[in-house]
Amino acid sequence: MTVLEALDAARVSEITASETSLRRFLHGLPGVDQVGADARAAMLATRSIKTTAKKWAIDLAISMIDLTTLEGQDTPGKVRALCSKAQRPDPSDPSVPAVAAVCVYPDLAGVAAKALAGSGIHVASVATGFPSGRTSLEVKLADTREAIAAGADEVDMVIDRGAFLAGRYGQVFEEIVAVKQACGDAHLKVILETGELATYDNVRRASWLAMLAGADFIKTSTGKVAPAATLPVTLVMLEAVRDFRDATGRQVGVKAAGGIRTSKDAIRYLVLVNETAGDDWLDPNWFRIGASSLLNDLLMQRQRMSTGRYGGPDYFTLD
Amino acid sequence: MSPAAKRRKGTERGADREHRPERLAVKKTYKLYIGGKFPRSESGRSYEVTDSKGRFLANAAWASRKDARDAVVAARKAYPGWSSATAYNRGQVLYRVAEVMEGRRAQFVDEVAAGEGTTRPRAEKIVDEAIDRWVWYAGWSDKLAQVVGSTNPVAGPYFDFSIPEPTGVVAVLAPQNSSLLGLVSVLAPVIVGGNTAVVTSSYERPLPAITLSEVLATSDVPGGVVNILTGRVGDTAPWLAAHMDVNAIDLAGAAGDTEHATELELAAADNLKRVVRAPAAEPDWTKLPGLDRMTAFLETKTVWHPMGV
Amino acid sequence: MANFEYAPAPESRAIVDIASSYGLFINGEFIDPIDGTPFKTVNPASEEVLAEVTAAGPADVDAAVKAARRAYDQVWSQLSGRDRGKYLFRIARIIQERSRELAVLESIDNGKPIRESRDVDIPLVAAHFFYYAGWADKLEYAGLGPDPRPYGVAGQVIPWNFPLLMLAWKIAPALAAGNTVVLKPAETTPLTALAFADICQQADLPPGVVNIVTGAGETGRALVEHPDVAKVAFTGSTEVGKQIARSVAGTAKKATLELGGKAANIVFDDAPIDQAVEGIVNGIFFNQGHVCCAGSRLLVQESVYDEVLASLKRRLGTLRVGDPLDKNTDIGAINSAEQLARIRELSEVGEAEGAERWSPPCELPDRGFWFPPTVFTGVSQAHRIAREEIFGPVLSVLTFRTPAEAVEKANNTPYGLSAGVWTEKGSRILWTSSRLRAGVVWANTFNRFDPTSPFGGYKESGYGREGGRHGLEAYLR
Repeated sequence: MTVLEALDAARVSEITASETSLRRFLHGLPGVDQVGADARAAMLATRSIKTTAKKWAIDLAISMIDLTTLEGQDTPGKVRALCSKAQRPDPSDPSVPAVAAVCVYPDLAGVAAKALAGSGIHVASVATGFPSGRTSLEVKLADTREAIAAGADEVDMVIDRGAFLAGRYGQVFEEIVAVKQACGDAHLKVILETGELATYDNVRRASWLAMLAGADFIKTSTGKVAPAATLPVTLVMLEAVRDFRDATGRQVGVKAAGGIRTSKDAIRYLVLVNETAGDDWLDPNWFRIGASSLLNDLLMQRQRMSTGRYGGPDYFTLD
Repeated sequence: MSPAAKRRKGTERGADREHRPERLAVKKTYKLYIGGKFPRSESGRSYEVTDSKGRFLANAAWASRKDARDAVVAARKAYPGWSSATAYNRGQVLYRVAEVMEGRRAQFVDEVAAGEGTTRPRAEKIVDEAIDRWVWYAGWSDKLAQVVGSTNPVAGPYFDFSIPEPTGVVAVLAPQNSSLLGLVSVLAPVIVGGNTAVVTSSYERPLPAITLSEVLATSDVPGGVVNILTGRVGDTAPWLAAHMDVNAIDLAGAAGDTEHATELELAAADNLKRVVRAPAAEPDWTKLPGLDRMTAFLETKTVWHPMGV
Repeated sequence: MANFEYAPAPESRAIVDIASSYGLFINGEFIDPIDGTPFKTVNPASEEVLAEVTAAGPADVDAAVKAARRAYDQVWSQLSGRDRGKYLFRIARIIQERSRELAVLESIDNGKPIRESRDVDIPLVAAHFFYYAGWADKLEYAGLGPDPRPYGVAGQVIPWNFPLLMLAWKIAPALAAGNTVVLKPAETTPLTALAFADICQQADLPPGVVNIVTGAGETGRALVEHPDVAKVAFTGSTEVGKQIARSVAGTAKKATLELGGKAANIVFDDAPIDQAVEGIVNGIFFNQGHVCCAGSRLLVQESVYDEVLASLKRRLGTLRVGDPLDKNTDIGAINSAEQLARIRELSEVGEAEGAERWSPPCELPDRGFWFPPTVFTGVSQAHRIAREEIFGPVLSVLTFRTPAEAVEKANNTPYGLSAGVWTEKGSRILWTSSRLRAGVVWANTFNRFDPTSPFGGYKESGYGREGGRHGLEAYLR
């Protein structure tokens, strides 16, 4: 089932050949009606996930977490603690799955890589002048290389929102291509910072732009701008990866980051994935949740489901 | 009095007034008004019109079922243009009708006086009122939507508004007694909102309707917007009431005839025509009409659109 | 990785208390019928008998109308608008308080998903009472003349697709305007109307102001034809609407009719496709397609036909058909065996006429009345499925090339209730919506309702409006 025109390699290079052709393509994508997208997301948020489904969803959500600390006050100690939490989220219960990755600033990527060595948990580092992206391309590339050299196997880059909003799509495209090249084998997540893009039309265009430039993942937010991830924005991005795979055959992942704090929130995102992009994305390789406090809430819910009683924060580690 | 005698009497009356036996009067053939043209009845029949004293005035066309059919076709054809004309334009067209009527005021006074048997001063007052009614309705064209439309404060991110739109082709049974003011009072509200009309005139007093059709033809009312059938209402009204391409019917002309009005209302149910029922007796048409006859032939359309970025 | 299977999430039935049998609600009390006969109402999702209700006979209807007339003369017409309004506000509040119970009861009796009765029907019911409550003491500002007067007794007959919502659409404006009512709910969905009778008691509404007579067509006929009924309001099929128009011919009764439809949902090539697909789904599969304004004819511009169809089919694959009380159900049960038979028959006709039939794979429960979401492609205007109201989850897909052709096809029906337009171009929306002969045009949305927004049809979809200031007009002279 093809929803959009088929995009083979030749067609893609034609589209990305110039600013004009990129613009023509991105502005030719179907529009997104904001109210309709909001309504669809709100409807999906009413799904009631209970019992076995909830249990399954909680474990899946845990396994999709990019456990994140991105603070000026971060220290190697804080990162090490986070890494140990990432591997065994609930020390009292070995059946709890590990998270997908630990996400830190580039200068701490080495600490994380060391702490997580052999665990199978990915080391994600933000880069490219995170969170604003207001540095030269050279600095961005250096930032990226530093993260990779330190052991990051996933890079969360930010796009230049100023350039995007000014319509300099070519510039944004070239930057992503360059960072992708600098990443080598590392996975590239492209942060759109949807809270600054103002419209869902822009979210869709930015998603396509990032995917055309080689993004392995598209990610909603830095977490430093409100609003961060929202259900409708994620819905639009999930539609984009779904349609992109239909058109090109290449599957791109989605990461929702920022503001997802409760199990209920997380499960709503999984429902959204399930009913928009479908089964193929219900996997830590294809959908991630960038979060910090979410993990404890998932653990608390998980415990409630297995013990039948409500837990309290004192019973979960704060790292 | 036999028809022939009536005719003689009428002729004599005309001769009396003229006192110029050397000039042979040019007599008019009264025809139907359909699609902006003046055809003879398809039936080939006519009937004699007399004044209130029974004196012969003219022969009028006796419209048949097929004339009604043709009139509906003409009205439907005129509908897209008339209904999509700007309200300002329709208002001007209606005002133009008043202007042209004013120029033929004397003729209307003669016809009303003769047909309705009223005094000339009374007839003059009726004609003035009829002309003024066009003016009154003309002014409504671009106010109706503001008065009967609305924006609706729905509980959600939607812009929601309701506007009046014309119902379509309206069959109008004009009053039998009030041959001019009554006619204008039922016709103007139908067309001001953008409907097109098929009118059956007063049977016994058709001359003001016929003259009005000449006024309409020489004003700016597009052909087919108003179609006027003279003759027995009973010959055409049932076909109009049952016609599936007629959207509404005003039964004013069946005032007092409950049985006939009920039959027409029953027939009108076949395609759920909007029906303005016949009153028990003809009302006093000199009263200011209000909105009812306009809104009776308007549909309310509500449009929703999301408000987002 | 395993699929994300949603475990059953049933809403509890414990909140509703269905009696084994119900009398008629006349003059403020539940009473035994004079000449009525009992019949059963069933849960369409299980065929389980829910209760025995009464088909009111002519004498029962007469008693109800007399009670309404008495209440009108002696109480309701003597009351100030302000006090009438207060009763309506009170009713609105009680509906909100009992909303979960009403939602569950509605889903059990009607078969509609609890998500819809909970999130759409019942909130709108309360909103309607709130809206019209506020009008009761402001009628002289409604633009209907300086001294608008009620008719007296309103006889109201409502359908089974939105039982309590249709009751609200009828009763709220009628009472606000100062009329008293006798209402007949549909034969297959009487329970929420009977619960509403209980709410009237709870609100201390004066006896006789609202009377509920249950029953089928004969009861409705007796009500409509009763000489003391001054105003008739009906929502239902065009066929019955015409009968009512005939039955009031030659009387002084005022009738408003909200009837069938065969709405076109027009998707232009520049539409926001994902939202358009949602709108198409919502347009025809909302409430199992038991919606008079359902977007049952999809008109797609040829240049985006493949895209839209592919998207639509994929989306239909995610629809969840089943237990109406499951909070995750999107499509519930068909309301009755009779309706199911009609949907089946017309669908078979569609196939026989050469249209291509498609449904997503879905398992239907063994018991109860079910029909899968169904799409017919290759449909032309001449096909019966493109002309007749199916009143079920069946979509006919047609194509067009130009805006003018879309409008022409959309209008090419005796109905004229609603229509949809999908395009990102503002002027095209206004151009199209002004040419559609339909009472409600949803542009870039579908099936939205609000008490402030007038709703009703052109042509054979009936006359009169419900909702908004316009809705008062039906109950005032």
